[in-house]
Amino acid sequence: MSTTSPHGPDHGQQPPERVKLLVANRREDIERAEKGLLSGLERHAFPEAAVFAVRLAIEEALVNAFKHGHHGMPPETPVTFSYSLTRDRVQIDIEDQGPGFTPEDVRDPTLDENLDIPNGRGLLLMRAYMESVEYLGKGNHVRMVYVKPAQG
Amino acid sequence: MPSSGSSRLRVKKHNDVTEVEFIDRNILDEANIHQIREEIMGLIEASASPRLLVSFASVDHMSSAALGAMISINNAVKIKKGQLRLANIDPQIYEVFKITKLDKLFQIHDSTDSAMKSFQ
Repeated sequence: MSTTSPHGPDHGQQPPERVKLLVANRREDIERAEKGLLSGLERHAFPEAAVFAVRLAIEEALVNAFKHGHHGMPPETPVTFSYSLTRDRVQIDIEDQGPGFTPEDVRDPTLDENLDIPNGRGLLLMRAYMESVEYLGKGNHVRMVYVKPAQG
Repeated sequence: MPSSGSSRLRVKKHNDVTEVEFIDRNILDEANIHQIREEIMGLIEASASPRLLVSFASVDHMSSAALGAMISINNAVKIKKGQLRLANIDPQIYEVFKITKLDKLFQIHDSTDSAMKSFQ
């Protein structure tokens, strides 16, 4: 249970927890990376819905990085996974070694005519669950931010 | 089909309806999703007019790749003029179906009972 101040977030009281890892396309690697961040969220009393949201967004971003970003590259090619966590916000950066992509080129999977196409929903879910999702550089680096909802 | 490893599904037959329940709590791993898809596709292929009920009772997390597998399964059932029902979806997972508008594509029921009664 949290015993934090009832007077709202006191920004800047503690430096953010920063972690940077290389993650290969193996379940153990992915889960190890997730586990550190998700337990950090729990430690900072983020609600269960936040843990669900962040986990889903990381899974989707990693699938995009490995499947599309690293398409045709050796399967062991790692992505850089990093995050910066404070008591009310987390920023997650995932950078692959691929050529990058243009998010505007992704078709809208929610249109009736696209509903029965099996792929292309990852970015939609990332955007739905995160406060912000942006592609940096040549489009091989995604930055996602989740903000803890106000209490209530 | 994968040559080794146990099934990722619990399969029960109720007359002409096949009920499939996921064993995994997390349907995230690419290889697991592939195996699930292939196992269910096998059940569809084995039936002239598949009536399939998929229960999500034990599922806590699933990714868009798992949704994709469910869409492929739905497409395969449709080709055979069969019927597919989903049931027992946790509210957090149901939200994923709503965001993606897949709640319009699938027939989703609160319980296996109501799903079972909906087969024609």
